[in-house]
Amino acid sequence: MLCCVCKTKEATVHLTQIEKEKMHKVDLCEECSKNKGVDDPAGFSLADLLLGLGAAQEMEGTGGAETKCPKCGFTQADFKKAGRLGCSDCYATFAEGLEGLLRTMHKGVRHVGKVPQPVQNSRDMAERLKLLQKNLAKAIDDENFEMAVKLRDEIKQVSAKLSELQAI
Amino acid sequence: MNIDEFLIPPAESSRRKGPHDRIVMSSRVRLARNVRNAPFPGWAKKPDRVRVLEMVRPAVENLSEMKNCFSDNMDNISPLDKQILVERHLISREHAAKPSGSGLVFNRDESLSVMINEEDHLRMQALRPGLQLKDAWMAIDQADSVLGQKLNFAFSAELGFLTACPTNLGTGIRVSAMLHLPGLVLAEQINPIIQSVNKLGLAVRGLYGEGTEALGNVFQVSNQMTLGESEIAIVERLDKVLSQIIEHEENARGQLLEKKPKMVYNHIGRAYGILANAHSISSKEAMNLLSLTRLGMDLGLFPSGKRTVADELFILTQPAHLQKQHSEKLSAEERDLLRADMIREHLKDLSRPVSKAPGIEGGETDKPEK
Repeated sequence: MLCCVCKTKEATVHLTQIEKEKMHKVDLCEECSKNKGVDDPAGFSLADLLLGLGAAQEMEGTGGAETKCPKCGFTQADFKKAGRLGCSDCYATFAEGLEGLLRTMHKGVRHVGKVPQPVQNSRDMAERLKLLQKNLAKAIDDENFEMAVKLRDEIKQVSAKLSELQAI
Repeated sequence: MNIDEFLIPPAESSRRKGPHDRIVMSSRVRLARNVRNAPFPGWAKKPDRVRVLEMVRPAVENLSEMKNCFSDNMDNISPLDKQILVERHLISREHAAKPSGSGLVFNRDESLSVMINEEDHLRMQALRPGLQLKDAWMAIDQADSVLGQKLNFAFSAELGFLTACPTNLGTGIRVSAMLHLPGLVLAEQINPIIQSVNKLGLAVRGLYGEGTEALGNVFQVSNQMTLGESEIAIVERLDKVLSQIIEHEENARGQLLEKKPKMVYNHIGRAYGILANAHSISSKEAMNLLSLTRLGMDLGLFPSGKRTVADELFILTQPAHLQKQHSEKLSAEERDLLRADMIREHLKDLSRPVSKAPGIEGGETDKPEK
């Protein structure tokens, strides 16, 4: 087995770290393990180590090397060279290879925090729509047709607004 | 627009006050944002970059905080002025080196600045003197919300704000503080501190950010992870860590004065001796000695001196600032001579340091309130 950092020497240091339910494995040669400070067990986290490996190497081997972003023409090879992506659509294009990488560099793989107002607006609208539809079903069940007509009209309005928001 | 007329004079900016500014020189929060349907700046061809610039710049200029702002394309800024902006921390070194199609907007008091087409379409930052991370976050949050109404930011429900580099994905936030830590350096405690800060997932960098050395005992501490943790949680985490670093620095200063006073007086006395008498001095040496002078002022060893003298020289002795004061192109050797002249002139009214702080033992302290 070759060292996963220098990829030239035989790996003699094998590490496994379990973090929450995820298991990370790393195999290193003696020299690289010293360089990464692995000989000091207290001061070492696999996440830090993998972060140091560099984004490009991490993504290697996952997905086809030929993958190309349909929107901007960016390829896996470009990512390897630049360590940056080509456009916001690249995240969908290279999603598979990126997930492991994101896991090593961040606290989680799902966004927590601020949402832009327009996105929040359409989320709120979508939720309002769900509620109206539920109420409509109930009104029909209860044979409250006056209410059902009212709700149906409101649903029409809200869904028109929602598709307008989502079209942007 | 003339950068020179716009920037706050160093004498004035060194007088800016903030909580814990003995140790925390400044607090900064930056957000990375991109607009949809345009390649990231590093991959975009010039027409795309220009299109984004022309769309983003007016939107930024219209922010209420940007009244009477400086706004220009980077093409119109001379290399020397770009360097000045780097030394003022208003742009990154990367932005100074960008090809055409990038821009810069910042306001009168330099508290809010936006780089357009740096690594991301927008890199906006709020800057505050002293330790004021929450304030800085609220300011940039507000500006971002307004821009988010006008510009269609690239955002995914799962991954958050989409950035050119996956390391900034999610919140796109970088919360950082610039710390002056001469006590920890002199007490040789700085390396363990850096290591434990690193273990908490925070980065420690030098004066000018990524990949720079810690000149003048100035360190930047910032978050590294941006995905899976909310902005406010990151701000609060950094705030806690900074309070601890401040405490360690104060303790180190106290202990040094108590256990090795001669060593402290020696360092500060020599720093003063060289700065007040040298006829040639490099930028690096000047920064390191000014740092010790600043420490001396904090410790009350210069009863007649104010910290602003050291802070002003910190800005003025940087290479581009020095060059800016002279019309002819200076060589490095010439700059060293002029730098020494300027420092001697600024320090001519500063008496040499006393060897025991008058009044309170250990001078003024700046322990964070618990």
